Amino acid sequence: MAGGTEAVAHQALEMTDHLPVLQVLIPFIAAPLAVFLGVRSLAWPIACAGAIASLVCSVVLMLATLDGSFISYHLGGWAPPYGIEYRVDAANAFVLLLISATAVVVMPFTKASVDAEIPKKDHTLFYACFMLCITGLLGVVVTGDAFNVFVFLEISSLSAYVLVSQGSHRDRRALTVAYDYLLMGTIGATFFVIGIGFLYMATGTLNMADIADRIAGQGDNRTIQAAFAFILVGMGLKVAIYPLHLWLPGAYNYAPSAVTVLLAATATKAAIYVVLRFTFSVFQPEFTFDTNVLYWIIIPFALLAMFAASLIAVFQTNFKRMLAYSSIAQIGYMLLGIGFFNLSGLTATMVHLFNHSITKAALFMAVGALVLRSGSTFYDRIRGMGKSMPLTSAVVVIGGLSLIGIPGTAGFVSKWMLVQAAFELGWWWMALLIVASSLLAVIYVWRVLEVLYLGDTAEGAQHKEAPMMMAGPMWVAALACIWFGFDTSLTLEASRVAANGLLSGNAGMAPVPTTAAGGGH
Amino acid sequence: MTTGDNELMIEFLLGHINYWLFVVLMMTGLYIVIVRGNYVKKIVGLNIFQTAVFMFYISIGKITGGTAPIFPTDSQGRIRPDPDIVYSNPLPHVLILTAIVVGIATTALGLALIVRIREEYNTIEEDDVLEIETKLAEQENRIHGFGPGGGA
Repeated sequence: MAGGTEAVAHQALEMTDHLPVLQVLIPFIAAPLAVFLGVRSLAWPIACAGAIASLVCSVVLMLATLDGSFISYHLGGWAPPYGIEYRVDAANAFVLLLISATAVVVMPFTKASVDAEIPKKDHTLFYACFMLCITGLLGVVVTGDAFNVFVFLEISSLSAYVLVSQGSHRDRRALTVAYDYLLMGTIGATFFVIGIGFLYMATGTLNMADIADRIAGQGDNRTIQAAFAFILVGMGLKVAIYPLHLWLPGAYNYAPSAVTVLLAATATKAAIYVVLRFTFSVFQPEFTFDTNVLYWIIIPFALLAMFAASLIAVFQTNFKRMLAYSSIAQIGYMLLGIGFFNLSGLTATMVHLFNHSITKAALFMAVGALVLRSGSTFYDRIRGMGKSMPLTSAVVVIGGLSLIGIPGTAGFVSKWMLVQAAFELGWWWMALLIVASSLLAVIYVWRVLEVLYLGDTAEGAQHKEAPMMMAGPMWVAALACIWFGFDTSLTLEASRVAANGLLSGNAGMAPVPTTAAGGGH
Repeated sequence: MTTGDNELMIEFLLGHINYWLFVVLMMTGLYIVIVRGNYVKKIVGLNIFQTAVFMFYISIGKITGGTAPIFPTDSQGRIRPDPDIVYSNPLPHVLILTAIVVGIATTALGLALIVRIREEYNTIEEDDVLEIETKLAEQENRIHGFGPGGGA
């Protein structure tokens, strides 16, 4: 690997030591490989192999960091703060696992849905973009270098714009929503870069842990506060925090089914992770802010998302668009956990990140199957499909219950944590608001179930169960919703370790090996 | 206001001249993105917006009296670092090289999308596209029932 000569001390000596970088490199290489081989039938197997290899990496990383320790990987053997550092702790190992596991589970579904929705000649390029998007998301999460976050963010966003625009084969509006997404996403990313610029001005470094060290010594500093504002707003656009959400419903609605599953399950989650990482590990509110500021900035927007977006979802007549608005509402819950600024709140955010991801993956895959059979996602076109597609509709039931937060599903665990966090702060009214917004979820989920099971059968739809390639992954996600509703040892434990790591702030710079000092070119 | 205050004011304005230019350019770009209805002009606005950020980064790397960060060499070509020379900070410049590449990719993709939009809608004016999409949405609402939430 890199370096090679005796003079350059390299911390990573074995294959397993290179896991943090392999995690990102494998899908990154799979993408051009699929294109250059140019064999259409090989594109999907390559993407699949890449996703599985990357899942293996993240499982090993998760197991290694579950004890609260962190792994520091120096890219090319250059020691931080000058070199780029990949730093894996429980928080990002958890998100890495989520992204790569989602990628693997949705792969068979992607194959079936892409075959149906995308013209054959574009398949190779589609899978290449798909892998690039995953590369970007994994990179955003794994890196410990602030500017590197921007680069990976743009890799994932640019490929996401392309993927969304592929929906134009079904509806030409996919093009204009992809264009809007590009404008807003680029403005968001540029705001983020401005924030990084301010941070660099104030600290003279780009390594996150190093920035955190230096911020701690500066106290009240206007430049750092401006940096925080720019980064929060920039990432807010990518996360789709309520008033900055305008790109999301269109993009989710008109994108191909497989792309919606990927974006809904992973893209906004990676962005939330960046918000968490910068807010708690880099800026460390206790140094830069009164925590009251955080309460008043974040919580009103979280509540707005929970209620306004849920209310809009209630009145939708399109299943996919309804789920998009419900996603915005669920992002509100994650923000609320951040706004609580205590251990339970952050644990709730982390665990909801995971639970909402599997729930939405299951639901959007069900939507994909319904599109395949009925050709539409409007309620009047999928009426009565519960009889002809019992497996798919059962997934909608399970996913819907998990969205509401019925005990026995994953959604309950995270809402329970959130309510618990509210009580810890003594905010009983907040707990009431959480329950009230869940009641709105009852309404919009009930509307879908009524359409699927109680309506008379719609005409013009193929009344046949979804193919195995779709039903399989869908059920894996749906069973995961139930499994993680009962067995919370993995999710809650990992979330708690992650939240603990985030709240304790900065773990400090990794010790630099002394032999590296003489290492030259 | 006394002359002393005036001088301080002028010093403040001139001393931060790079930030003023950055703010003006950035706001110009953002204004174009928001106000212009033509898709190509929006991309141009986005470019101006990004260029403003590039200039911001490059200007913060400049140090008064600083020169290009290259070590002087003697007649044999050996490097002879001289502690008396002041160098500009090259790191922000390098970062901006990456950001420029990202900007170009974004522009290219944006323009490609505009070509496709032109093929499908036969216009690149946002107002015309919105008109077509409103009609489509009204048609859908008639068939499938009304759903709020707007176009974007």
